[in-house]
Amino acid sequence: MHPYPFSYHRAASVDDALHLLQEYPDDGKLLAGGHSLLPAMKLRLAQPGHLIDISRLTELRGIKRDGGTVTIGALTTHAEIEASDLLRDACPLLPEAAHVVGDQQVRNRGTIGGVLAHADPAADYPAIVLALDATVVAVGPSGQREIPIGDFFQGFLTTALRPDELLTSIRILAAAPNAGASYQKLANHASGYAVVGIAAVVTVSSGKIATARVGITGAADHAYRATGVEQALTGASPDEPSLKAAAAHAVDGVDLLDDLQAPADYRGQVARNLTRRALQVAVARATG
Amino acid sequence: MQTQERTDERIAVKATVNGVERSATVEPRTLLVSLLRDEFGLTGTHTGCETGQCGACTVLIDGEAIKSCMVLAAQADGVEITTIEGLAPQGQLHPIQRAFWEEHGLQCGYCTPGVLLSTAALLRHNPQPDETEIRHALEGNICRCTGYHNIVTSVQSAAERLARGDRPEDI
Repeated sequence: MHPYPFSYHRAASVDDALHLLQEYPDDGKLLAGGHSLLPAMKLRLAQPGHLIDISRLTELRGIKRDGGTVTIGALTTHAEIEASDLLRDACPLLPEAAHVVGDQQVRNRGTIGGVLAHADPAADYPAIVLALDATVVAVGPSGQREIPIGDFFQGFLTTALRPDELLTSIRILAAAPNAGASYQKLANHASGYAVVGIAAVVTVSSGKIATARVGITGAADHAYRATGVEQALTGASPDEPSLKAAAAHAVDGVDLLDDLQAPADYRGQVARNLTRRALQVAVARATG
Repeated sequence: MQTQERTDERIAVKATVNGVERSATVEPRTLLVSLLRDEFGLTGTHTGCETGQCGACTVLIDGEAIKSCMVLAAQADGVEITTIEGLAPQGQLHPIQRAFWEEHGLQCGYCTPGVLLSTAALLRHNPQPDETEIRHALEGNICRCTGYHNIVTSVQSAAERLARGDRPEDI
């Protein structure tokens, strides 16, 4: 099983990759880990005429901390995120999620930037970065820009990235001492993708929930923040009745996916249950 | 649908395969698994699903397990690859292979080259994995015969053999 023929270009630098994107505006495509793009090309769902291989650009790889800010290069693999002591300390939610992405071979090759730029509705990281309120950094012909994660996911396989832009890194704030987080997922057994995945980050102050952010993937055509859940939690007691009542809002106003993997009402039920579980674990971690 | 002409573009790929430098000139769309099987004749690497699910095509790139149907040959330029043929010298069994033999860790054998290489990578990182860690590390290798029980036992046995210093030995 092979893709349609294409031309292969190995980018020597980020600038080189941007030039190549401009040279092939209609059918140029960036290749990172290739674990979403190559299967799509083999199934003939995608047929770019030019692949621009950025996978060797080491400047796009690695995890750095500068005070309270953590920057993760776009080409950092899931395995590197899973194994990162820096992240386990500064943002344990990311290694926890990376641990359940795909399988070992996929984690060795797939990249966080690739996942976000591809924006598969069932990928794990979109829920995570929404709950972390991350910033996406992209570079294009007119320079670098920062995209708040709330503006990034726009629809099925669609993001705020422009065709001539390249995602270079993800920025997050290190977790506060009174924060707790959890990722809960019902995985499709064959693919490992999320039927529903819930990421929750809460902070608890003086016995009340001070802030709550909940990202949900798999349920709709793109990942979203469950603002109804967040509003119900803010200022609430971190007890079981409050968490259950808040989790009931997980899919409010959402057009749920209804497909071979799961009917819409089942997805909604799973989303509410997993939201409750994610909140329970996050609160326990915040107060433990 | 956009029409695409077959191009004559060819790419030179050079890689160290099982300790030997190999090179080939391939179409850009050639997958690593095809490079290994069709150009280099290393047919121990199997193709199964070809969509990245089954793990039959698993090889090691720079020591890490990857699915060779999910990587372009062009992307393997300059890397170090280990296939099942390189696990032990010709005519010998690696302690991991011996463990799978003794513990009946295979039946039809189709998935086995990939399982063995995933096991090799696991044991390099984690020489004493528990059952949960073994199952997690082998999640990307589907076996339709064994039910995995004997595979887990085989990996545990392989860990013990490597820990006591077993070396490849004649079959």
